[in-house]
Amino acid sequence: MIHVQNLTKRYGATVGVTNLDFRVEKGEVLGFLGPNGAGKTTTMKMLTCYLPPTDGTAKICGFDIVEQSMEVRRRVGYLPERNPLYPDMTVTGYLDFVARVKGVRPPARRAEVERTIERCGLQQVPRRTIGTLSKGYQQRVGIAQATLSDPEILILDEPTLGLDPKQMIEIRQLIRDLGKEKTVLLSSHILPEVSQVCNRVIIINRGSLVAADTPENLRSRLATTSVIRVALRDEGDALARASRTIASIAGVVAVDGAPPGRGTGRFSVTCAPASDLRETIARALVAAGLPLLEIYREELSLEEIFLQLVTEEVSSNG
Amino acid sequence: MGKLFAVYRKELQHYFQSVTAYVVIGSFLALSGYFFYSIFRYYNYLSYQAGREPGLAASLNLIEGVMRPLMGNVSVVLLFVLPLLTMRLLAEERKQGTFELLLTYPLSDFEAVMGKYLAALTVFGVMIAGTLLYPVMLAVFSNPEPGPVFTSYLGFFLMGTSFIAIGIFFSSLTSSQIVAGAATFGVSLLFLVIGWAAPFAGPTLASILSQCSLLEHYDAFSKGIIDLQDVTYYVFLTGFFLFMTLRSLDSSRWRS
Repeated sequence: MIHVQNLTKRYGATVGVTNLDFRVEKGEVLGFLGPNGAGKTTTMKMLTCYLPPTDGTAKICGFDIVEQSMEVRRRVGYLPERNPLYPDMTVTGYLDFVARVKGVRPPARRAEVERTIERCGLQQVPRRTIGTLSKGYQQRVGIAQATLSDPEILILDEPTLGLDPKQMIEIRQLIRDLGKEKTVLLSSHILPEVSQVCNRVIIINRGSLVAADTPENLRSRLATTSVIRVALRDEGDALARASRTIASIAGVVAVDGAPPGRGTGRFSVTCAPASDLRETIARALVAAGLPLLEIYREELSLEEIFLQLVTEEVSSNG
Repeated sequence: MGKLFAVYRKELQHYFQSVTAYVVIGSFLALSGYFFYSIFRYYNYLSYQAGREPGLAASLNLIEGVMRPLMGNVSVVLLFVLPLLTMRLLAEERKQGTFELLLTYPLSDFEAVMGKYLAALTVFGVMIAGTLLYPVMLAVFSNPEPGPVFTSYLGFFLMGTSFIAIGIFFSSLTSSQIVAGAATFGVSLLFLVIGWAAPFAGPTLASILSQCSLLEHYDAFSKGIIDLQDVTYYVFLTGFFLFMTLRSLDSSRWRS
């Protein structure tokens, strides 16, 4: 659906985006991650035909963003960063205007506006002036104008920026619902959001691609060692015995015990990379008659992955 | 055409749903009414004098005595109020960021600019329609020649189309409405009075200056003459600034 080839944008001497290459397949919800100023917004502006690329190109539904801009614009719904709206217009009036500008013809127009209002949860406020709506509702209006006329692709730039937690959850749910029928490219710097909403992630930093994969694969690829957390009830010499038992298992690199608290002792067990010793450890502890309470493998959070990638990039660049 | 009309409709709604159009049209009509009143009173006074001086009576007529000075004064009022109508057209979109959305809809720059231009032109049309009351009043109490009244309105309308084109051009350059309005006012005023320097310039420069002047080209219209040269001047000026507006939108993409 989206095929980006060598996309480059330079602003005079400053580089916005360099040689970006990626694909987005039909039905994917792709998260576009990166620190501020990494080139997320620039890329999105090029994909929506607002900015022409300096070099390279992208094809959207097979249409070139430079040569066939009108065809591309017909197929893309766009929500820019900071969600620009006309504060004096009513919700219905605004969506009616957008429908006209997008070329939705009269018999279908009214129905399309009503359907969009319903889909984006704006039934309570159709006659209200946009300027008087809450930020969450305004964001819904912004998403509504993007989804109007049923484009195949939605490009949403920081759709949850500046919302309160409840509104964020609602907007994410809305995006997930939209993602069932559309291809969505969304940018964010809130990592949990991306792992909740997206099925694939692209990380860019300083204008170039750092990684592109599913959140799960990114985690396992980057996990250099695997850490297992174990908790036992603190009774008698159980903790000392447990420590010895675990250390004797093949593949365990180190056992670190935390000071026991509230009757529970915790260990963090470092194992060889790409090994899963959970079962072995559990069996050994139970066989020794020790009071095992919890055992789980620690997952790298997306924050850690992100930091790791972005820092690697910086150190390898010099 | 449908998309152009969508933009036109939105702009027109904005003018008439906010107070902008009412304030602009209202103050324009109030001022032009005042001018009409004072010019007409002065004409009245001259007519009274002419009763005693037959020589004076021969040179008196409604077109020369009322319509021409009235339109001359009203064109200056126009110079003040039209920038107020045009300054927001694109500058506000830029300020709000809606400019970006507008340019990513399947809408050509031409449709966007013309929709906005025609909306401002419509408000201007309502403004001058209001001033038609004055020639109607003249016709009720006297008998002005209809031809020159018609041509002076035609010329006046053409002058407005040029002012609005200049206005939308400056509005496309900036995100500040004040800057757009001030620049429009300055440039329009310069075009209006540029001919004043002609008498003191060399022969070549003088003819260039007077050919550039909005007022010089209006002169024939106010006397009842439609000269193709004058019509071409206004059409060209309007077309030039609309073209520049489109170029300015295009270049703002490459520069941003």
